[in-house]
Amino acid sequence: MKPTTKLADLILLLCFAAAVAAGPVILAPIGAGYPDLLDKFVIYGIFAVGFNILFGLTGYLSFGHAAFLGVGSYAAVWSFKLISMDLLPAVLASVVLSGLLALVIGFVSLRRSGIYFSILTLAFAQMCYNMAYSVLTPITNGETGLRVLRDDPRVLDAALGRTGFTPSLAGLEMTGWTGYYVSGAILVIAFAISIAIFRSPFGMTLRAIKSNQKRMGYTGYNTRPFLLTAFVISGMYAGLAGSLLAATDPLAGAERMQWTASGEVVLMTILGGAGTLLGPVLGTGLIKYFENIFSAYNAHQLDVTFSFLPDGVREWVVHGLGLFVGEGWALTLGLLFMGVVIFLPGGIMEGIMRLGRLKRTPIVKSLGDSPQRDVIGERAIDEMPPEDGSAPARKEAPKGETHAGEPQKPVKSSEMKAATS
Amino acid sequence: MTDKTFSFSRRTALKTGLAGVAAIATPTFFIRDAWADDFCNMPKGSTVTLGFNVPQTGPYADEGMDELRALQLAVKHLNGEGDGGMLKTMKPLALEGKGILGKKVAFVSGDTQTKSDAARASAKRMIEKDGALMITGGSSSGVAVAVQSLCQDAGVIFMAGLTHSNDTTGKDKRAFGFRHFFNAYMSGQALGPVLAAEYGKDRKAYHLTADYTWGWTQEESIKDATEKQGWTTVKTVRTPLGAGDFSQYITPVINSGADVLILNHYGKDMVNSLTQAVQFGLRDKTANGKKFEIVVPLFSELMAQGAGENIKGIIGTANWDWKLDNEGTKAFTKSFGAEYGAPPSQAAQTCYVQALLYADACERAGTFNPTKVIEALEGFEFDGLGNGKTLYRAADHQCFKDVLVVQGKDDPKDKYDLLSIKKIVPAKDVTYDPSIFGGELGSKDAKKC
Amino acid sequence: MDAIILQIMNGLDKGAAYALIALGLTLAFGTLGVVNFAHGALFMLGAFCAVTLQKLLTLETVKIDPTRTTPWGTPLEIRTPYVQDMLGDWGRVLIDYSVPVSILIAIPVMLLIGVALERGLIRFFYKRPHADQILVTFGLAIVLQEIVKQIFGANSIPQAAPAIASGSLAITDAIVYPYWRMVYLVFSLLVIGAVFAFLQLTTFGMVVRAGMQDRETVGLLGINVERRFTIVFGIAAIVAGLAGVMYTPIVPPDYHMGMDFLVLSFVVVVVGGMGSLPGAVLAGFLLGIVQSFASMNEIKSLIPGIDQIIIYLVAVVVLLVRPRGLMGRKGVMES
Repeated sequence: MKPTTKLADLILLLCFAAAVAAGPVILAPIGAGYPDLLDKFVIYGIFAVGFNILFGLTGYLSFGHAAFLGVGSYAAVWSFKLISMDLLPAVLASVVLSGLLALVIGFVSLRRSGIYFSILTLAFAQMCYNMAYSVLTPITNGETGLRVLRDDPRVLDAALGRTGFTPSLAGLEMTGWTGYYVSGAILVIAFAISIAIFRSPFGMTLRAIKSNQKRMGYTGYNTRPFLLTAFVISGMYAGLAGSLLAATDPLAGAERMQWTASGEVVLMTILGGAGTLLGPVLGTGLIKYFENIFSAYNAHQLDVTFSFLPDGVREWVVHGLGLFVGEGWALTLGLLFMGVVIFLPGGIMEGIMRLGRLKRTPIVKSLGDSPQRDVIGERAIDEMPPEDGSAPARKEAPKGETHAGEPQKPVKSSEMKAATS
Repeated sequence: MTDKTFSFSRRTALKTGLAGVAAIATPTFFIRDAWADDFCNMPKGSTVTLGFNVPQTGPYADEGMDELRALQLAVKHLNGEGDGGMLKTMKPLALEGKGILGKKVAFVSGDTQTKSDAARASAKRMIEKDGALMITGGSSSGVAVAVQSLCQDAGVIFMAGLTHSNDTTGKDKRAFGFRHFFNAYMSGQALGPVLAAEYGKDRKAYHLTADYTWGWTQEESIKDATEKQGWTTVKTVRTPLGAGDFSQYITPVINSGADVLILNHYGKDMVNSLTQAVQFGLRDKTANGKKFEIVVPLFSELMAQGAGENIKGIIGTANWDWKLDNEGTKAFTKSFGAEYGAPPSQAAQTCYVQALLYADACERAGTFNPTKVIEALEGFEFDGLGNGKTLYRAADHQCFKDVLVVQGKDDPKDKYDLLSIKKIVPAKDVTYDPSIFGGELGSKDAKKC
Repeated sequence: MDAIILQIMNGLDKGAAYALIALGLTLAFGTLGVVNFAHGALFMLGAFCAVTLQKLLTLETVKIDPTRTTPWGTPLEIRTPYVQDMLGDWGRVLIDYSVPVSILIAIPVMLLIGVALERGLIRFFYKRPHADQILVTFGLAIVLQEIVKQIFGANSIPQAAPAIASGSLAITDAIVYPYWRMVYLVFSLLVIGAVFAFLQLTTFGMVVRAGMQDRETVGLLGINVERRFTIVFGIAAIVAGLAGVMYTPIVPPDYHMGMDFLVLSFVVVVVGGMGSLPGAVLAGFLLGIVQSFASMNEIKSLIPGIDQIIIYLVAVVVLLVRPRGLMGRKGVMES
């Protein structure tokens, strides 16, 4: 594999930073241009970017990452309660604590691979959730969630004579747009680190593990330390995201650790495109958008929107659309999951890449020496067919017509055989 | 990018429509900064936007939809459409059916998913994007407390929907939060004497309690109230939320020496545990020479529907019931029924009343400024909203009104006729000293967004 | 002692449900290699087969009487039961037995749903990565449950067991157990037995088992493995559906019940060992019994909250001590 140039990565990062900076303007027309949702985009973006370092690179599917997010949130709120309203100690506490938890869980879980690994992480996360919800209530405040209270000690703030009551970073209060830009800057940094990891020899090793762990073993690599490092890094990302969640909205609830929350980050990553750099962030945006905006439409608003239609038709249209928005937003999300994975194996990024290819490079002649690039310097990393034959299968269209008209990657004849056997 | 542009334009179309209904719903951040607000989301156009934050997915989705229906009805009535509902019966009344302070009422809705995070995200959207001046709705105490503290920070009034935990107006009370619904303590106070009269003073109770904050406060309240009547508590057992099958918790009851089982469960947990407890023959059993009884301190019509036959004869408490015999109830039931073809649930009533009370308080205060509105609501005494004479106590923003002790009906006429009102416990019997739960309201100063 | 006997019965009963669900999941997951997150939804659909039959049997003709109104102001509807009128006493019996009768409906319906899903969706995902399978089946699960929610609402819908089985059996004074739960246990043993017999004793089953071991070789022998696997998926759907139908009198069904069982069923399958049907059954019963005992007050007072985590704790221990699960083959789905 030929590494992408530093320049392409830099351009990607700059574009990404620009997009984050312009987020409020870009997203305003689709109704997402308000601080809280954008906070959620960037914070869950960090979560997904971190998750992708584990899952996208190594193929180890963790179903328990929400535990780290939750622990990060709790640690941050406790830091706000006991030490200071400043963000730095909170982030530090969260990242360290969730890193430690990831070390423990990872050390145990990584003794297994495949589905066993997934179930182990799931089991640990569910235990954390169940305990946090009930028995650990003195620490987590259970169902109600842990909040910052006026009469908390805040030793450092008291010593320095600070009286602020909102989480802040060096005097910048983490509310509204300030909060968004601070979190956004952290996302850009996190993204940059993620690029660096993707391009580093460490990242290469992880990918090699994904391709064929056994052969890695034969070459004398002990893969466990690499995997554990990746696991801990992604756990720390989750902790970071958790602390930012707590900072922009100082409440930490146990639901954040439920398996559905773990599942959500898995879905975000796959939906966007696992193993791609940008994919997880896009997937995050889409899911959070559905959760917050689609759920907000109600029959009344639809009625007004379609008031130009004649009565009979309008009722019909409103009723039909009403199934998919408001209380039916989950249905739309489910259909979207299915649609994306059926028609765009490889997630949204694959769709974007296909469009890019459609416009610019007609067909890549040889897979070996010409890495597939999209318009923004992204590169497909799945060139090496994984052991389970997933790569050839990606080329095997779910239905003949879905790929019609799309340029297909030329497939080596040996892979072709594997796909049809 | 073709499909992206498509969805883009469709959303834009939807968005434009939204702007039509709520003219102030599109304040972008720079506009907001440019205008000097007196307080968060001060309405500037000809409309005022309220935020209806109800569960639309998850276990309480049906309850949430009923709340949303009631709130939409309230908007209609406030704007002078429809038959006016309880506006005709509310006393004293400052509203005239011309919106609030001459501004037409518009609303936005959102999905709490019965999760604190989702509920707060939804409430924040209403505040930050849609310019909502007041948030109401909700179907669980965890969510209510979470949203209430958010509203306190944002300076937006929160009129809690269905939340029964003592904490909402107890240790977690907030100046910007108000609760019309009753709480676990009141349930206990109302239920204690009725249980003693019905089942005798010499009873041994076994509690199964949902293992989270609401369950614990209810267990404590009911335990205190029944022990005051001479009952003894054999054991209190915590059950995990959403256990589904409670058999392993029910079988120990059989040989525990208890003769009453108290189920401190709500929603699906209550439906399941009650169904299974009845299946295990607890109600056909005799213990200590007495007939074994099951008590569910809080239940709703929807839960009664879910439990089916098993609810028959079970005693519990309720905030309100559509079969109550008073003017307000009749007016509301009639206009709700005419609109949606079914009588309203207690969740619907509490949300409807909360919306009316907020609107009326604005009207009386002569301003939308939350500080003034809070003051107008504090200590407000009213009647004709279905619960008889009611007081919004200033000390903890809790409504004090009659509490209903209800019982599952033996021969229901239809699926809306599942509960009969056993006793109406007067407000004075359930009133308590606000200091017993601690907590502080905090500042009621208006804030800028 | 009585308490222990009761908890064993509870455990067996709980285990019967876990085993049935895990059995269906193992058929799809352990043998076809599909991580089927929609399995819980199939369980839920089965339960709603019972709901649908009950709704059909209690269909009413509605006549509106404009002269009288309900207390909420709409014209009074006079409802007369339709089926009961038509069939008389026999109709009443049918309503009483609606849950067991819906088994007859659930079998073809679930088979149809299973086959349709496999042919229309799942088969395209056999060779796709597990991640894709998760996304598509999770999407499917959401879609299925949202459709059910649109039709039946989100509230639980009570289903009564037939009157004859609705009481409970008092073995001694202290040991009382509901008939229906015993019926459920026996029923699930029958279903488990039938599935095993089908796979062990028929030629079809032999081919399927051979196909599980080595799909390619069986294909080379000129046998259409694909079609066999379609049927297997159909059977998995039936097993899940039947587990759902019979579970309705114990837990009133609602649209979300599948998700509640999803995580648990995966845990059971993995503890039992991937691809091992006896393993799934054994793990189901084992976890059921362990959970029951962990919920005993004596144990809870020793380790608070143990009942909330015991299943996961057992799973962790089993996977670490015996990685392939209780009865799994080595190396299945390890990478």
